Amino acid sequence: MATTTLTPAASAYRTGLYEWLTTTDHKRIGILYIVNSFIFFFIGGLFALGVRTELAQPGLQFVHDELLYNQLFTMHGTVMIFLFIIPMLVGFGNYVAPLQIGAPDMAFPRINALSFWMLPLAGVLLLMGFLTGGAAQAGWTSYSPLAQDRPLSSTGPGEDLWIMALTLIGTSSILGGINFLVTIFKMRAPGMTMFRMPILVWTVLVTSVLVVMATPVLTSALIMLFIDRNYGGHFFDPGGPNGGGGSAILWQNVFWFYSHPAVYIMVLPAMGMISEILPVFSRKPLFGYKAFVFATAGIGALGFSVWAHHMFTTGQVFLPFFSLMTFLIAVPTGVKMFNWIFTLFRGKLTFSTPLLFALGFLSMFLIGGINGAFSAAVPVDFALQDTYWVVAHLHYVLFGGSVFGVMAGLYYWFPKMTGRMLNETLGKIQFVLMFVGFNLTFFPMHQLGLAGMPRRIADYASDAGWNDLNLAATIGGFTIAASTLPLIWNVFSSLRAGKPAGDDPWEANTLEWATSSPPPPYNFDHLPEIRSERPLFDLRHGRTVVH
Amino acid sequence: MATDTRALTSTGHGSVEHSPLGGLAHDARGGISNPILGMILFICSEVMFFSGLFAAYFSVRASYANWPKISADAGLNEHFNLHAEPFYALGLTIILVISSFTCQMGVSAIRRDDRTGLTRAIGVTLVLGIVFLIGQAYDYATLGFGLSDTPFGTTFYTLTGFHGAHVFGGAVMLSVILYRGLAGQFSSRHHDAVEAVSLYWHFVDVVWIALFSTLYIL
Ligand code: HEM
Ligand SMILES: [Cu+2]
Repeated sequence: MATTTLTPAASAYRTGLYEWLTTTDHKRIGILYIVNSFIFFFIGGLFALGVRTELAQPGLQFVHDELLYNQLFTMHGTVMIFLFIIPMLVGFGNYVAPLQIGAPDMAFPRINALSFWMLPLAGVLLLMGFLTGGAAQAGWTSYSPLAQDRPLSSTGPGEDLWIMALTLIGTSSILGGINFLVTIFKMRAPGMTMFRMPILVWTVLVTSVLVVMATPVLTSALIMLFIDRNYGGHFFDPGGPNGGGGSAILWQNVFWFYSHPAVYIMVLPAMGMISEILPVFSRKPLFGYKAFVFATAGIGALGFSVWAHHMFTTGQVFLPFFSLMTFLIAVPTGVKMFNWIFTLFRGKLTFSTPLLFALGFLSMFLIGGINGAFSAAVPVDFALQDTYWVVAHLHYVLFGGSVFGVMAGLYYWFPKMTGRMLNETLGKIQFVLMFVGFNLTFFPMHQLGLAGMPRRIADYASDAGWNDLNLAATIGGFTIAASTLPLIWNVFSSLRAGKPAGDDPWEANTLEWATSSPPPPYNFDHLPEIRSERPLFDLRHGRTVVH
Repeated sequence: MATDTRALTSTGHGSVEHSPLGGLAHDARGGISNPILGMILFICSEVMFFSGLFAAYFSVRASYANWPKISADAGLNEHFNLHAEPFYALGLTIILVISSFTCQMGVSAIRRDDRTGLTRAIGVTLVLGIVFLIGQAYDYATLGFGLSDTPFGTTFYTLTGFHGAHVFGGAVMLSVILYRGLAGQFSSRHHDAVEAVSLYWHFVDVVWIALFSTLYIL
């Protein structure tokens, strides 16, 4: 029985602007998330280009004012993390997860819409800092006493706007996490047992647990910082005009208690996405499904016990414990690497754009994991902490990992979302530009870090030996920027005249491909019987009886 | 807070029930309903929020040998010594604990389909909650120290203040329940909202007991 016969007759969508603004449909909200995140990706990217332009040469030639430079990298990091990568992955989860478990929508559709609309609002709040005398400038980590309201620190409303925006984004995340959990626990189609759920759904589940357990701790830290800054509180301010008596280390503990789990919030769903893509493009099942699930849960659990690896050099944390736990996380991560590699091994590979980006993820994330392991070794970290080595590491995992995963997911699910294929040639051009640009930008940062260049500086001595590497990184940065042009062109031209996708252009395995592209409201008229984690594969190969 | 709950409790099912898959999605799985599971998870997140505040409290406290008398000003230190006179706060504690019981009485009433019992019990709970809030405001006015008076003042007002805000949120939820109860919207089969709000109210109660023990006894 062909999958097309499962498709509901016609989709009953109305497509006016008003319908988009008031929608509670998980697919539309998912698309809103994705579009909104791309807008912030470009804004955050512009800040990064500002940073790279300034650093291309020694001297202050572009921003002229170090405080403005501080604002640029602070806003770059904050926008990329809180308004781009986290919401982007939530967007894919929102679109795909309910479809993959055969649900008609999320459990709480209106709360879903509320979670989304908090984000643009928070973005506007955050960026308003530039108009009110200076955006936040204490880095995305906002350490005290730098973040306190006092001379030579963050005076003015920029930092307060930063706090409010992050509180709003955190609330949005928490409501979204609860929504995902209830959806996954309660709304699965008949036959969709936990161990038949697609891997993406598993990663969304673990991510949501992290969101619900870790994000409120960040909220509490933000509120305490706000009280310190505005009502004369003494949580984090060790000294200064208010009298102090607080603990700067306390901020770091509370902040990283959230922000280490948050790095998994930023990467687990991307891992889930490539775990959907690799099997489809190598025509094999995922190698070691259960091992992957347990590794994901293991990463989530261990993620709560390593936060102080960001604080080795403070001398205030128990080094052996946190170092050991950090190395331990490499174990489940390594398990996943094996899952992916053995999925590819002897597969019938089709090198379409989604697979290329997924392979980009694999290789770049591997480098990011290895250079991270260096920093997990305490003595090494004492040398590398706060140098460009860390900047290299975090971009290899966040960009090389998550962003490449997002691109893979975009090329993979765009046909489902729009009914049209993206252009393969443009996709490959984008991949090559992005891959080359990415490595040209961030690989030299390893050497810069080893050569002692600190992060968060606007200027450096011309005889430090850092000139060429910085110039290379800047050229790479602009190459990355250029790689987004074929992407934008591709999206708009394909929306208009792309090849029609049909229900299941990739011959995929999971339920979202069992309905039309785009799916109708409430997703399915009929579902195939679910007997494994690959219901569509079963259907194609006659392993399922359709009643 | 209020809008959240209303959405959690009253709209949770909406679109699902109207969907072609409504029946399928509900499955034979049974178990707790979506709104109640949602509320339990929300309470988990709230527990973590208060854990952050408590962690800050204990961390700051651990760095002082003479806590809470950490001011250079002897008068302030007198005011800080909450252990000397815990009775007023103990009264507030008793009020809140009683309100948890009355709230639960409302839940068991509606489980028996007793709507009058529900509204009566929720009404009493709401009044007790408001009495608690007024009592706390009066306490704040007479304590004799402020938020910016040493880390003790900061932690004291932040912890109790955020708890008070949660009591307020709970009171708003109770008002919604009372209103909907009076409008006859609940029955023994349909009262997820009542169950969910009562869970929240118990949670707020438990946080206060932890706060009271920490600030006045420990
Ligand atoms: C166009 C691509 C990008 C370029 C050229 C770039 C460049 C940079 C540079 C040079 C810094 C260091 C600034 C300094 O320490 O003075 C930096 C910091 C950072 N970047 Fe990027 N970046 C890019 C994309 C991303 C993406 C996609 C993410 C996350 C998803 C990201 C997250 C961060 C974070 C968290 C920091 C630390 C900010 C801080 O120190 O507070 N970046 N970036
Ligand atoms: Cu970490």
